[in-house]
Amino acid sequence: MSYRLTHLKQLEAESIYVIREVAAQFENPVLLFSGGKDSIVVLHLAIKAFYPAKLPFPIMHVDTGHNFPETIEFRDRLVEKLGVKLIVASVQDSIDKGRAVEEKGINASRNGIQAITLMDAIEEYKFDCALGGARRDEEKARAKERFFSHRDEFGQWDPKNQRPELWHIFNGRKNFGEHFRAFPISNWTELDVWQYIKEEQAELPPLYFAHEREVIKRNGVFLAITDFLETAEHEVPEKRMIRFRTIGDATCTGAWESEAATIDEIVDEISVTRLTERASRADDKRSESSMEDRKKQGYF
Amino acid sequence: MDLLKFVTAGSVDDGKSTLIGRLLYDTKTIFEDTLEQVKLSSEKRGDGHTNLALVTDGLRAEREQGITIDVAYRYFSTPKRKFILADTPGHIQYTRNMVTGASNADLAIIMVDARNGVVEQTKRHSFLVSLLGIKHAVVAINKMDLVDFKEEVFERIKQEYIEFTSKINIPDLRFVPMSALDGDNVVSRSEKMPWYNGSTLLHILETTQVSTDHNFIDSRFPVQYVIRPMSNEYHDYRGYAGRVAGGVFKPGDEVTILPSGFNSKIKAIDSYDGELEEAYPPMSVTITLEDDIDVSRGDMIVKPNNQPEVDQDVDMMISWMGTKPLVPGGKYHLMHANADARCMIKEVVYKMDINTLHRVEDDKEIKMNDIGRIRVRTTKPLFKDPYTKSKVTGSVILIEEGTNNTIAAGMIL
Repeated sequence: MSYRLTHLKQLEAESIYVIREVAAQFENPVLLFSGGKDSIVVLHLAIKAFYPAKLPFPIMHVDTGHNFPETIEFRDRLVEKLGVKLIVASVQDSIDKGRAVEEKGINASRNGIQAITLMDAIEEYKFDCALGGARRDEEKARAKERFFSHRDEFGQWDPKNQRPELWHIFNGRKNFGEHFRAFPISNWTELDVWQYIKEEQAELPPLYFAHEREVIKRNGVFLAITDFLETAEHEVPEKRMIRFRTIGDATCTGAWESEAATIDEIVDEISVTRLTERASRADDKRSESSMEDRKKQGYF
Repeated sequence: MDLLKFVTAGSVDDGKSTLIGRLLYDTKTIFEDTLEQVKLSSEKRGDGHTNLALVTDGLRAEREQGITIDVAYRYFSTPKRKFILADTPGHIQYTRNMVTGASNADLAIIMVDARNGVVEQTKRHSFLVSLLGIKHAVVAINKMDLVDFKEEVFERIKQEYIEFTSKINIPDLRFVPMSALDGDNVVSRSEKMPWYNGSTLLHILETTQVSTDHNFIDSRFPVQYVIRPMSNEYHDYRGYAGRVAGGVFKPGDEVTILPSGFNSKIKAIDSYDGELEEAYPPMSVTITLEDDIDVSRGDMIVKPNNQPEVDQDVDMMISWMGTKPLVPGGKYHLMHANADARCMIKEVVYKMDINTLHRVEDDKEIKMNDIGRIRVRTTKPLFKDPYTKSKVTGSVILIEEGTNNTIAAGMIL
């Protein structure tokens, strides 16, 4: 008998281990859910981890108010199907309360403000650990993340002061007011996520699959026309066959020209692609250290 | 597909980052937009050429200083295998990050600059590779272009290295002469070194067998989490969830629970995808028992005829990571196989001199980056094995009370 696991099975076993460790070490964890494929996979893994019991913690969506309607619809349907508890933290509320100031202008985005809403929600609900679907292959600043990432009382991530993470022993000890972020799919690549979705036949919002949509081109990136996007005079919408590789806000998530309408086709496309997943994220392009700076402020 | 986790170690300027950039570039893993960014960064810095090392240096400070500070995880795959690479810094003050990266590696690449041969850092890292139980290592003798690709240089360094490592244990050790800058012997064979008959680095990475490195003999199941649905459908269900640390478990197996010593049989091995006929490392499963015994996190399920040592006195080798030196008689928090305990340092047996691999005679002060042997006494017994036999039940971390920082990695003797 050969005792070998495929790479996906190994990754799955590791992720389930991390999720169970969070439940064991923390009193009040929460799973951050955006409706994107990574958080869908993490939720799927969490359901597996505690089977046959229910999920021992809620899921939370930091809602910028600028989501594609398909994302919200999908979220609500999935939550009902799985019987999990959903908390929605609203960025609009943060703006209304004066906790955050909305960006203005043509390249405005609510992406940066999410950190404030997230931190406020963590404090309000007294969450001591937030699970998320971040992966280390996504972006330079995430390449250095731990599975268990310590955040100080301001939610800040200090790259010089992260605890060494040895073997699979996770040190989740903290002082009052501090919390952790946990990233169970740290070692998964974009391709791994898609192959797993294919293998598990997991459901996804239709945005990931090729469809026709009105878009404008800005700074080399296609942006979808939605109620939230401000356009300039010269930006003329045109209909294109596109899909989204990553789903953030409607104002900053770029679309790709693609015909891939099934999971198999998406897997094929990603296998040969020459551009990273986040290449179409306008929020990452703001500066070379965009992600690092946002993490220092308490972002994901 | 298969998975290989490996670590790269070496002195600053050995060309480690260039090697990684080269590996990613030649396996066509560097995406176009990443390369574009790197080109722009190189221009801004005035590098004069596309500096592949910048592919991996992610943080601001690193880009400014031109060195790698933290462990960066890089991912790539070839049709044969998926790879997870822990790129660890060479600087002495970041040894803790190398130990971190190496703790989960199946294989290590140890960089040597062909102009300098074996230096202090090479010895330190080689020793750590062996201490952390990595069974496969490739000594990458880099920058061969700067020594005219001479075979004598390669052979001399290889000899120097073998002499040093006769004192340490790396079962599968190989040497590759290369030039990461030009790409010789990294992914493709070098035409400039016809005297070399070995494999390229990538070929070694793709073909080294590691699935057999797990311990399938000593059955160890640390209980990580107790699953109790208390629902109508699963009213009395008590499942012990965890990751198999060693051995093979099957339904019907006779088992012993530690620390209670009670015996029972495995009723079923559950997973979301159905009941399993067997469970082995590194699977995460849920075990149910025939008997209604009280088992909790930190306990361990083992087989009656093959049990770990149960003891409160623990001897271990440690890699010290804390900024404050070890306090003899000091109390620390300890984590071992999903169990928590406190411990007191009873004795510092010796500090090690990494260069000679001898004990340091008159100095027992263990500071950051030191390696030493200590004895601790724990507040409750650990179910332990020597690290050389079982990594999960043979490893601990020490945590500083107050700051909660992980200040040492321990390998049980």
